[in-house]
Amino acid sequence: MTYSSQRVALYYFGGALVLFFVQVLVGVLAGAVYVMPNLLSETVPFNVIRMIHTNALIVWLLMGFMGATYYLLPEETETELHSPRLAILQFWLFFVAALVAVVGYLFGIHEGREFLEQPIYIKVGIVVVSLMFLYNCTLTLLKGRKTAVANVLMLGLWFVAIFFLFSFYNPGNLSLDKMYWWWVVHLWVEGVWELIMASILAYLMIKLTGVDREVVEKWLYVIVGLSLFTGILGTGHHYYWIGTPGYWKWIGSVFSTMEVVPFFAMVIFTFYMVWKGGRKHPNKAALLWSLGCAVIAFFGGGVWGFMHTLAPVNYYTHGTQVTAAHGHLAFYGAYVMLNVAMMTYAMPGLLKREVYNQTLNMWGFWLTTGGMCFMTFTLTFAGVVQTHLQRVMGMNYMEVQDQIALFFWYRLGSGVAVLLGVTLIIYSLAIPGREGGRVSTPQGAPNPAE
Amino acid sequence: MSERLTKSAARNIFYGGTLFFLAIFIALVVQSHLYILNVSSNNDRLTESIIRGKRLWEKNACIDCHTIMGEGAYFAPELSNVWDRFGGKDDPEGAREGLKGWFAAMPTGIEGRRQMPQFNLSDQDLDDLIDFLKWTSEIDDQNWPPTDAG
Ligand code: HEC
Ligand code: HEM
Ligand code: HEM
Ligand SMILES: [Fe+2]
Repeated sequence: MTYSSQRVALYYFGGALVLFFVQVLVGVLAGAVYVMPNLLSETVPFNVIRMIHTNALIVWLLMGFMGATYYLLPEETETELHSPRLAILQFWLFFVAALVAVVGYLFGIHEGREFLEQPIYIKVGIVVVSLMFLYNCTLTLLKGRKTAVANVLMLGLWFVAIFFLFSFYNPGNLSLDKMYWWWVVHLWVEGVWELIMASILAYLMIKLTGVDREVVEKWLYVIVGLSLFTGILGTGHHYYWIGTPGYWKWIGSVFSTMEVVPFFAMVIFTFYMVWKGGRKHPNKAALLWSLGCAVIAFFGGGVWGFMHTLAPVNYYTHGTQVTAAHGHLAFYGAYVMLNVAMMTYAMPGLLKREVYNQTLNMWGFWLTTGGMCFMTFTLTFAGVVQTHLQRVMGMNYMEVQDQIALFFWYRLGSGVAVLLGVTLIIYSLAIPGREGGRVSTPQGAPNPAE
Repeated sequence: MSERLTKSAARNIFYGGTLFFLAIFIALVVQSHLYILNVSSNNDRLTESIIRGKRLWEKNACIDCHTIMGEGAYFAPELSNVWDRFGGKDDPEGAREGLKGWFAAMPTGIEGRRQMPQFNLSDQDLDDLIDFLKWTSEIDDQNWPPTDAG
């Protein structure tokens, strides 16, 4: 850490970790309701539990992205942030808005489109927070060095905000509603969030492997190009069965299949950089998370996405537990692991400590990742059986759910493992280790690649 | 990566290509928008009551337990064709009464069975909500779902 304004990232990482814990805890609760359906059914029904789980996820991921941006922007632009005080104010606004939303949900105050349940004033609050953020970061970028990493990251963040505006458009016609709803959901995770993912990974590769910036940034443009060329028209894989024209079956199938390519390219990119760089950075845990992120994103998004993306397959699997399996591994691999990678890299510097608690952090990595993979497998089995019984044989939904009850117990078990893993991760990031766990090379050592 | 591709060439391809695909996408979505309004969704029969029904659907966050046209949560049955499951095609009055009876009977309180809350909806609300479900069942959605089970 070389610029003092980078420290504002600490607020964002702290807030993100708090919400991360809440998200996973509430996820375990949702998993418990699946197998013990009378649990809380009168006080906090499943739909409220679910919206807290998913909203907390999205908010903490965004908070993490903001923290990452505040951390890396001064280094990339070689100048202090435009206004650290504005950044701190923005954090508190965002964090309080998130808490107000969660408490409101518990009292039944919400709107009702999946992932966009926030009441209108919270949505407006999110826009205000985004504007403060974009203003602060854009001015920083304008006065400093403009690297490809910083440019692509800011482009991604701007479009996150722009596509969010579609959440204010809620027509009375359900088909139209759905068509534009995906402009937020799909164009986020399979579009502009990939710009954020690729640029943060590129930053981490420059720092951790010491490979020349020119090489890394060329890869970056190729990857984000592939992401958007495929991901924009790939939206078509959600336009099969909602009243949109039949040609989307072709466009959606072809382009979304090609969406696998940029995810694969990120695997090649990260491993190639590590191999080429050959530099031993002391922060091994950050490297583990970076590589893990590329790999699990490829499996969760790429492989599990492709599994159900062709229209003739999706006709049967659409909206089953197969979707839940994919949603979990993709979000975890691409965006949860990305955030943890960045925090693992940045926290020691932010807390003015040498790289610490590596072993614990890596245990957290394996436990959480193992748990999420196992959860994905069980949900996939559940989904395949469900698809066959319900979509092929035509068996009644509730009877089918009884048939796959066992898988939901396994899901709960793996969820508990994930909760333990996440606890380890948070502990290892926030609490310094004992002397023995320390490494002597300082984090802020001069970087040969710069 | 190949030496022939320079960084600035990669950047230009990225920006140019993105604009190209975005333009195609927007054109197709405009076309789909018109298709929904004019062909697939009976927009001319989208009454005030159906829209009120949709707002009730949202206010009560039914989507976070149910799927509708395959999107939402996977905790409870698909509802885009629940009108058909309740026999609405042959006996609309019977289906309406059946659905009202369903809402009145919630929660079942059966031990070990998933629960749907009691929403205490007025008769008018129920009619609106059911109009919305009926209208949804009539959208031309490429014959999805494959079976009546949803
Ligand atoms: C907390 C979760 C939950 C919420 C919220 C919820 N439901 Fe349900 N719903 C269920 C469950 C579970 C069943 C199946 C119950 C059973 O079979 O015993 C069900 C069944 C139904 C059925 C009958 C389906 C069939 O095929 O037999 C209809 C209709 C329905 N719900 C409509 C709605 C509407 C409309 C709303 C919103 C106003 C709503 N539900 C909100 C959980 C929920
Ligand atoms: C990291 C990137 C990705 C994330 C975070 C992600 C996440 C999700 C989520 C959460 C859903 C469920 C949405 C809902 O609630 O209805 C979903 C659906 C879907 N995703 Fe992805 N996804 C990613 C990448 C991909 C890719 C690359 C593909 C294709 C190769 C893909 C194919 C699909 C399909 C076909 C559906 C619809 C499932 C259905 O019909 O029910 N996804 N995705
Ligand atoms: C970091 C880890 C996690 C991530 C990224 C995550 C993400 C998600 C996402 C994106 C959804 C919406 C899925 C969709 O619409 O298709 C979801 C729903 C859900 N999650 Fe998680 N989740 C995580 C951890 C957990 C854990 C540990 C559990 C506990 C067992 C859990 C249980 C559930 C349940 C029960 C649902 C509702 C699924 C349904 O509608 O039937 N999640 N989660
Ligand atoms: Fe998608």
